Amino acid sequence: MIQRTPAVTFVDAAARLGGRTIWSGVSLQVGQGEFVAILGPNGSGKSTLVKAMLGLVPLSGGWATVLGRAPGEANTEIGYLPQRRSFDAGTRVRGIDLVELGLDGARWGIPLPRTAGRRRAATRVAEVIELVGATEYAHEPIGHLSGGEQQRLLIAQGLVRRPRLLLLDEPLDSLDLPAQGAVAGLVRRICEEERVAVLLVAHDVNPILGYLDRVVYLAGGRAAEGAPESVIRSDTLTRLYGVPIEVLRASDGRLVVVGQPEAPFVHGDRHAHA
Amino acid sequence: MPEAAVFQGLSWNPLTDLADLFSYAFMVNALEAGTIAAVMAGATGWFMVLRRQTFAAHTLSLIAFPGAAAATLAGFPLAAGYFAFCAFGALALGGIAGSRRSLSDESAAIGSLQALALALGFLFVSLYHGLLTGLDSILFGTFLGITSRQVLVLLVVAVVTLVLLALVARPLFFSSVDEDVARASGVPTRLLGIGFLLVLGLSVAETSQITGALLVFALLVTPAATARELTLRPWLGIVLSVVFALVVTWLGLALAYFSIYPVGFYVTSLSFGLYILVRLATAVARRSATAPLAIENA
Repeated sequence: MIQRTPAVTFVDAAARLGGRTIWSGVSLQVGQGEFVAILGPNGSGKSTLVKAMLGLVPLSGGWATVLGRAPGEANTEIGYLPQRRSFDAGTRVRGIDLVELGLDGARWGIPLPRTAGRRRAATRVAEVIELVGATEYAHEPIGHLSGGEQQRLLIAQGLVRRPRLLLLDEPLDSLDLPAQGAVAGLVRRICEEERVAVLLVAHDVNPILGYLDRVVYLAGGRAAEGAPESVIRSDTLTRLYGVPIEVLRASDGRLVVVGQPEAPFVHGDRHAHA
Repeated sequence: MPEAAVFQGLSWNPLTDLADLFSYAFMVNALEAGTIAAVMAGATGWFMVLRRQTFAAHTLSLIAFPGAAAATLAGFPLAAGYFAFCAFGALALGGIAGSRRSLSDESAAIGSLQALALALGFLFVSLYHGLLTGLDSILFGTFLGITSRQVLVLLVVAVVTLVLLALVARPLFFSSVDEDVARASGVPTRLLGIGFLLVLGLSVAETSQITGALLVFALLVTPAATARELTLRPWLGIVLSVVFALVVTWLGLALAYFSIYPVGFYVTSLSFGLYILVRLATAVARRSATAPLAIENA
């Protein structure tokens, strides 16, 4: 029994987009300070699940609470990183400014320099940039940084308001393998040190497998939730997809999913030749 | 006509020249109007360059042209034509931005609007069989004949817009660099986008009255681009952009006063010259800054 309010609860929830049911019968619970990955093939509704937690996509069935309230009502306590966000080389904005916007960017009015509030803000921004290890390059234009460096600054932006829940939509997407592992390790550390629950949408579970508490696996319009080893199994995924699926474990511990109907989704295939 | 004063040229005493500059009411009005337009263009231009909306601003400037021509034709003050057409054009552009999903569709729609604006302007000028010198100043600017009443209108519009811009500056900056996250944080990004186009339209209308419709970029784009070369800090960048716009406007007006060439030419050339200088300087500075790094890496 979980004593405290869970960070996220979904009970028999369903979502429709453009007249099509994306998923239904989704039940899940994320406890405070947990690190949970949302997995599944392309188009299985991973981003929709994140948007439903933010109240950006309304539920068409079931119910949900986020931080003890209806989805959308607790957004000020949520840090959110949308999908595929990277800044091209022409983006002449400093990382530190982006992080600061996460703190007070939605506030109207003129930020007067040299007030106590500004100093507090500057301290918090420096602190959170230190936490993600980006101090060295926070004053560079963000467009000049590598994908991993950009992701660290974006995570800092998501964390700057001390959220209780962090929603990361494919933050590892365009990173090379070592950078994926490093960012996953950072997220794990943040979970523990800042007591923030993290939901991370990922395409490939292998780089983050060692850091996770639990996974939510979306496929075939349904979801399975639990510890990674109890979800990423042949029988669970076969039930989910509705066709025979085989999960193989490579000698180095990587999981390989074989046989799913939707095209290129083999865990680990994207870096097999990297 | 004050034109006699324009051709009298420089004396050898700069103080006399300066006193001379301020001795005519029309020149004082021009300097006041130029100052107001420069502050407004410098500030909004910085956001425009950040938001990559130079093309939209170009269209607004071409919409200013039929505005002024229609006002001349109907016997209204030029300013009324500039403000009405630019504000309407901004709302039209806002509608286009809101209805289209892809960026290429959007720029194609804006381009079509631009062609229509030019054609309308030409039509109004043809319908008005008056002096063709009016066309020159609509397109390339003039500093003659600006009345104190006009200066007052420019001032009121500028103060209202700049106060509004200052109040929304932070969320506008947020939604310009990071729209999705800004929206998720509760910033009304769409409303801000349309609001900013309106501000841009008013800035174009103000600036057109000094530089002419075709040369508004001398104050709207170039000072902002120059400032962005020099600093990545947002608030310092806005201040620098305003300062550059002011300097080129004042110098341009003074040069135009003492010579026979039009003010639009001077403002544009000065602003471009400053931009080139700053680009060269930053390129040299960057080179000397990275040189030791290159040695370290080797």
